[in-house]
Amino acid sequence: MTDISASYAAPTRRVDVTSPAAQARIRARYRREKRFKLYGLVALSLAAVFVVVLIGDVLSRGLPAFWQYSLVLDVPVDAAAVSSDGKVDEASIRAADYYPLTRAALEAVFPGELTRSAQKQLVRLVSSDAAQPLRDKLVADPALVGTTVKTRLILSANSDLYYKGSGTPISSREMRGIATPSGTSGDITILTSANDFADVLVELKQRISEQAKALRAEADRLELFAGDSITAKVKALRDEAAKLQQRVDQPKVEEKLDNKMPSLLVAIDGGLVKINTLSDVSARGTVLLPLQSTADAKPGTWKLVTYETPESNRKVSDQEVAFLERLKELNHVERSFNWTFLTAGDSREPELAGIRGALVGTALTLLITLVLCLPIGVMAAIYLEEFARKGRLTDLIEVNINNLAAVPSIVFGLLGLAVFLNFFGMPRSAPLVGGITLGLLVLPTIIIAARAALKAVPPSIKEAALGVGASHQQAIFHHVLPLAMPGIMTGTIIGMAHALGETAPLLMIGMIAFIVDVPHGFTDAATVLPVQIYLWSDLPEVAFKSKTAAAIIVLLMFLFVMNGAAIWLRKRFERRW
Amino acid sequence: MHTMVDKHADAVVHAKVAVGLPTPKVSAKDVNVYYGEKRALQDVSVDIPDRGVMAFIGPSGCGKSTFLRCINRMNDTIPICRVTGKITIDDRDIYDPKLDVVQLRARVGMVFQKPNPFPKSIYENVAYGPRIHGLSHSKADLDEIVQSSLEKAGLWNEVKDRLNDSGTGMSGGQQQRLCIARAIAVNPEVILMDEPCSALDPIATARIEELIEQLRKNFCIIIVTHSMQQAARVSQRTAFFHLGSLVEEGVTTEIFTNPKDKRTQDYITGRFG
Repeated sequence: MTDISASYAAPTRRVDVTSPAAQARIRARYRREKRFKLYGLVALSLAAVFVVVLIGDVLSRGLPAFWQYSLVLDVPVDAAAVSSDGKVDEASIRAADYYPLTRAALEAVFPGELTRSAQKQLVRLVSSDAAQPLRDKLVADPALVGTTVKTRLILSANSDLYYKGSGTPISSREMRGIATPSGTSGDITILTSANDFADVLVELKQRISEQAKALRAEADRLELFAGDSITAKVKALRDEAAKLQQRVDQPKVEEKLDNKMPSLLVAIDGGLVKINTLSDVSARGTVLLPLQSTADAKPGTWKLVTYETPESNRKVSDQEVAFLERLKELNHVERSFNWTFLTAGDSREPELAGIRGALVGTALTLLITLVLCLPIGVMAAIYLEEFARKGRLTDLIEVNINNLAAVPSIVFGLLGLAVFLNFFGMPRSAPLVGGITLGLLVLPTIIIAARAALKAVPPSIKEAALGVGASHQQAIFHHVLPLAMPGIMTGTIIGMAHALGETAPLLMIGMIAFIVDVPHGFTDAATVLPVQIYLWSDLPEVAFKSKTAAAIIVLLMFLFVMNGAAIWLRKRFERRW
Repeated sequence: MHTMVDKHADAVVHAKVAVGLPTPKVSAKDVNVYYGEKRALQDVSVDIPDRGVMAFIGPSGCGKSTFLRCINRMNDTIPICRVTGKITIDDRDIYDPKLDVVQLRARVGMVFQKPNPFPKSIYENVAYGPRIHGLSHSKADLDEIVQSSLEKAGLWNEVKDRLNDSGTGMSGGQQQRLCIARAIAVNPEVILMDEPCSALDPIATARIEELIEQLRKNFCIIIVTHSMQQAARVSQRTAFFHLGSLVEEGVTTEIFTNPKDKRTQDYITGRFG
C-alpha cells in the first residue's frame, strides 16, 4: 500500500515539450518517418518499372507471333493428284503430295518465263507444309476434289517476317525518257531517250566514295596495331579503297552494282528488271518478273525502284521481294490469327511450330504433381501438427522438411533419373515421371504452408469442438481443416507455380527432347512450357525469337489462370472467425 | 430483485440437502495437477451436488480453471499436463482408461471464457453436437433440438429469422448465449463455465446470469468467475481456491457472510486479488 502512495509523489523528471531539444527530437522523428516512407515508395516504383518493362518487352516481342500472314490463292485440285489407285478417300487425301498443286498455283500468279532460280525461290516463299489448310478443307469436304479451291497457303517464316516489317524500305521515282527494253525475260538491256540514269549514277558514285572513305578509315585504325597479319589486312583494305576511288573518279563510265549496295530495279511494261550495270542512258539487268511486251514505255509509265537495304543484309533476296510485293499488290496476302501456334506441336520450321504439345504436357505434368502432393502434403501436415507426439523424431522430420525445401531442384532431377527411370524403369520424357519428380520438389513447400495454416487456426475453435464432444479427429476435419484451407490453397498454388516454372529437374529425366506430337496420356513423351521456351530461345532462326516471347506470354497466362483459380477457391473457402 | 429472494430460498434448501452431500454429482478426491514439473493443484477434494450452481472463486493463477478443465478432461489436450487423484461423476471414475473421453465430454459440456462459435451458420453451430452424437434421426428432429436449445438459451426470438446467418456475426453476448445453446443441445448433465462473462458488458452479463438461473433447475452448473458479486448472485455453493489448493468450500451465503478461513475473508473483502 505504501508503494502505491509513493508512486503518486510529484515526479522529479518531466518531459519538457517546449524545449528546443524536444522540438529538434520531434523534427528528427518526422524526418525519419518521411525518409522511411520515401524508401518504400522508391522500392515500390522501381519494382513497378521493372514489371512494366518486362511485361512490355515480352508483349512487344511476342504479340506479333500470334498473327500470321498467308497467301490466299485459287488452287485447282486435280483428282489425279489426290487419289491413290484411282480412288479418292480420306486416306488418299491425307497422303497426297500437294507440292505440285501449290507450285502450279503460285506459278499461275506470275505468267511468263521464269528462270530456274526464280522458280525455286518462288516455291520457297511458302512453307514446306503450305497446303495444310487445303488438305484440311479437302478432308472435311471431299466433294471439292476436281474443282478450284480458294485456300490459304502458309507462308515461310522469312516471307512472314518480311510482311511483318523486317524487309527493306522501298522507294521509286518516275522517269522522263522513253524506254525500250530489249526482251521480256532473261538478261536484257533498257535504253532510254533521256539521260535518266545520270542522277542515279552520281548518287551511286557518291555512295562508293563513302565506302572508300570508310575503308580508308578502317585501314588507318588498324595501322595503329603492329603485326604481319594486320599489315596484310591494311594493304588489302587500301587496295580495295583505291579501286573504289578509281571508279568514283571516272564519272561517265558505266557502273556495276553488287549486293553490298542498295538494289536498283526498273519497273517497266508490267515486269521488273534488276539492274546489274548502269550508265547514263542505258541499264543492263536480269528480269525478275517477266515483261508483258518489249513495247516502248512512255515517260511517266516506267519507274526506277530502289530497295534501300543492300541484298546481303536481308533474309530475302531481290527476287523474293519482287514476288512478295507483287503478291501483295494482287491482294493475295491475308493477315489472320495464328491458330497454328496454339494448335500445333513443335516443329523445326518456325511457321509450323506451336505450343499445344508443351501446353498439354505442362497440364498433364502439373496434374500429376497436384494429385500427388496435395493429399500427401496436407495429410502429412495434419499428422505432424495435430497428432504426432512432439519429440526428437518429429523435430528431426521438421528440420529435414525445411532442408528439402531448400535443396537445388536439379538434385531432384538426378533423383528422378536414378530412381524412377533407372530403377523402376518408367518411360523417359513422360509427364508421369515429370509430375512425380516435381512432386518431390513441391511437397516440402506444401507441408510447410499447410502446417503454418493449421497453426494459424485459433485453438478456441478446436476447444469448442472438443467441448461439445467431438473427437480429436472430428474437431480437426470438421473445423480446423476447413479454416486452414485458404492458407493451404495459397501454399499449394505457390508450390505449383514453382513447379510450373521449373526446368532443371525435367532436363534430367529427358523432357528436353524435341517432341512433335501432342501427348495423349501420362506416359507419352512430352515437354513442358519452360523447357519449350528454353529450346526455342536456343534456335538460330529469327522467327523463333518471337515464338519464344509468345510462349512466355502463354506461360504467364497459364500462371495467371492458375492463380486466379486459387484466389477464387480461397474466396469460396474463406470465412471469418 | 426477485432473483435475490429466489437465491436465498434455494440456498436454504441446498443447505439442508447438502449436509455431507450424500449423492454428489461430481466428486473429486486428492486431485493434483502438474504442468511439467510445476504443481498447479494440490490435493483438491470437493463434492459438487446435482442441480444448482457451484462457483469457483479465487485470485488469478490459483488453479480454479485448471480444476474445471479436469472435470471434462480438457487438460488432456495439453501434452505436458498430468493429473493424479480421482474425479468421479455419478460414482464413475472419469480418468478410468476404459472410459471414452468423447462420451465424457458429451455428458459434461463446456462454455469458454471468450465466445467461440464455429464460423458457420447459427443453425449449424447448435446442430453440430446432436449430429455427431446421433441424437436426431430426421431433419425435423434436428430442427426441434436446435429450436429448443436456442429457446433454453434465450436466443430463439432474436435469431429465429436468421438461422442461416454466420454465428460469428452476432454481438458478444449473443455469441456467448449461442455457445451455451450449443453446449446444452447435446443435453449434458454437467455444464462447465469458464468465466463466461469476462468478455461481456454488464447488460449481456445480466442476461447470461438470468440464463444460468433458468438452467440450474435442469443442469449441474460449475462456474469459474473473477467477480465475487457474480458468484454471490448466481451460485448456491462456492469454493475458494488459493495458490493451487482449495481453501474453503460451502454454501455461498455462508462463505460470503461468515468465512471460516482468514484468506477467504481477506479475498472477499478485497484485501488482495
